Amino acid sequence: MRASSADTSAERNAFSLGNLADAGSYHEPLLIDPLDNEALMSGLQRMILIRVVEEKIGDMVSQGVVKCPCHLVIGQEAPAVGVAGYVRKGDRVFGAHRSHGHFLALGGSPHGLLAEVQGKDTGVSRGMGGSMHLIDIPNGLFGTVPIVGATIPIAVGAGIAAKMDGNGDMAVSFFGDGATEEGAFHESMNLASTMKAPVLFVCENNFFSSHLHINLRQPDSSVCRYAEAHRVGWARADGNDLAAVRTATKEAVEAIRAGEGPRFLELVTYRWRGHVGHREDEDVGVKRKDDLAAWKLRDPISRLAVSLEANGALDRQQLKRFWTEAHTVVEEAWAEASHDQYPPAKALLSRVYSGTMARKR
Amino acid sequence: MKQTPVTTGYGAAIRDGFEYLLQNHPSVFTIGQGLWSPWYVGNSMTDLDSQFGRERVIDTPVSELGCTGAALGAALCGYRPIVIHPRVDFMLLAVDQIVTQAAKWRSMFGGQVCAPITVRAIINRGGEQGAQHSQSLQSWFAHIPGLRVVMPSTPTDARDLLIASVLSDDPVLYLDDRWLYGLEEELPPIEERNLAQEGPRLTRTGQDLTLVGCSYSAHLCREAAARLSANGIECDVIDIRVLNPLDSTLMIKSAKKTGRVLAVDGDWRSCGMAAEVIASISEAVDPRVMRAAPRRVTLPDAPAPTSSPLERSYYPTVDYIVQRALALVGAQQETFE
Ligand SMILES: Cc1ncc(C[n+]2csc(CCOP(=O)(O)OP(=O)(O)O)c2C)c(N)n1
Ligand SMILES: [Mg+2]
Repeated sequence: MRASSADTSAERNAFSLGNLADAGSYHEPLLIDPLDNEALMSGLQRMILIRVVEEKIGDMVSQGVVKCPCHLVIGQEAPAVGVAGYVRKGDRVFGAHRSHGHFLALGGSPHGLLAEVQGKDTGVSRGMGGSMHLIDIPNGLFGTVPIVGATIPIAVGAGIAAKMDGNGDMAVSFFGDGATEEGAFHESMNLASTMKAPVLFVCENNFFSSHLHINLRQPDSSVCRYAEAHRVGWARADGNDLAAVRTATKEAVEAIRAGEGPRFLELVTYRWRGHVGHREDEDVGVKRKDDLAAWKLRDPISRLAVSLEANGALDRQQLKRFWTEAHTVVEEAWAEASHDQYPPAKALLSRVYSGTMARKR
Repeated sequence: MKQTPVTTGYGAAIRDGFEYLLQNHPSVFTIGQGLWSPWYVGNSMTDLDSQFGRERVIDTPVSELGCTGAALGAALCGYRPIVIHPRVDFMLLAVDQIVTQAAKWRSMFGGQVCAPITVRAIINRGGEQGAQHSQSLQSWFAHIPGLRVVMPSTPTDARDLLIASVLSDDPVLYLDDRWLYGLEEELPPIEERNLAQEGPRLTRTGQDLTLVGCSYSAHLCREAAARLSANGIECDVIDIRVLNPLDSTLMIKSAKKTGRVLAVDGDWRSCGMAAEVIASISEAVDPRVMRAAPRRVTLPDAPAPTSSPLERSYYPTVDYIVQRALALVGAQQETFE
């Protein structure tokens, strides 16, 4: 069955995911604007990097070398990369527990991440946070945390601050379908809408909150209905189609930067690994085994590669090189991080308070 | 022929408590995240959903506040719900319903109504999980009048205090610690008890030092006391069991006998449970009776780190308690001047 990646207006239904929910319903090649080839090529490289980093972390989790809980993003690389393509300096991005992809998509260093998951002082959170607490201010990542929904209101505040600054910057809030069940999500949407805060809400709907399918948690499968209720403009796209994610993001970001207030994106995707850890089927939900096989065919990376090959932007050799390069980068970063130092004992108490104060401007 | 005793682990004992309650009290139901998952709440609720049906064992959306408030509402209408929060940290989204609603409900309406809700939250720390997945916060909740706070340290208590919590007509916060799930013992037959009659318990006697702790810390105290005994130092060990309202009779009596107190708590130091123990004793015991200033062993006042070397030194251990106890017993001449 074939379906378009983004909804056409006639199909716009805030309650139902329609075809997008069907694992086998996708098309190749992707609909690509040749003007976007260059961005898609670098997006492809970035998605490959994320995949390779995550596979490395998964292996190290399985060997017991990485011990902190890791929520791998394999299969869900496109939303992070697609949205990051429209994040500029001055924007502030927030994530959640499954945020390795957000970190890397924004340009975060593989070494910083691989050191962090090993608890090293050279990690992005200096070994204090592990996989679930990442930060990278120079690249616009203001924080990712594992309390579900926690960063959504924080992102709204960052949006309000951006509006006060008046530079046309925005805040981005990445969260999952599960987070839409928290009260904080609804308060935040209402607040951002009422205050016309420049916030891009990005829900990666992968159908699951740990072991429970969305059909067991919500009366409808699409979370766009919440945006509708709060009068936040929304769009939905195939979250495994980088071109579609980019198109939807571009429109939303233009509206936000034009001062129209918040926008909401629902990106439909699927995680290949269990909720946490390296295994595929851990805490299985409703017929995940069958769905997983189908969703693997809807791979965001191979679909984009096939499409770029089809329009002549990419050749086999290049693609091979992308993978080899990613592996080299990741292996080198891992080796370096493995030799790095742990934080000193005094770090436990010395990093709690700043002890400093505001200066007069 | 002597039968080999059948022992039950801490998690399985909790499950026994749930099974007993669901079997014998039709007004009981449970609601919370992970109740249909094989792993979320350890082995403490395995297959209860298939045994008692998903109407009474309810897995939920990610909505801690809504589920806790809904349980309170059902409690006001004749049910005895048990809300499950697989981690203390997640429960914090529901603090208004626990602290400002449930705990106040009876008193602010003139003592005419009851709010028999049990909130069970699991302390699940270690494993490099870090700051947002490691809190226990019993001291915070023990601060709240109207909220009974229960922390079992043995499999028998895990089962029996759960039952007592649910049968209590008052709101109860029941905290169990995953680090205790390895404990096993032979369980006596179930007896329904009034939680209002339960309190701290003396689990070992000695004349040199009083060790006081709750939950996993009580377990550490017992282990430390065994080690100290091998060194010729005999301890009273008090397992607090019910933190709020706190009955300090036993600890006061013990402090008068030993003249030395070491309060151990797996929570932070400032305004913590260990401070409350020492304050309760200090108010009631003539300082001249004390042979040394009371001491406490707690977490350092910092969020939990992930990095393994920092994490290893973060949590109190038996070794550390033994070391502090030896110092305390050696410090005979230390006085209050
Ligand atoms: C407040 C809170 N409740 C529960 C949890 C446990 N938990 C961690 S991740 C998660 C699933 C969230 O699902 P979703 O938001 O869809 O993100 P996904 O895992 O699919 O990326 C849950 C329930 C938590 N971390 N925080
Ligand atoms: Mg999800």
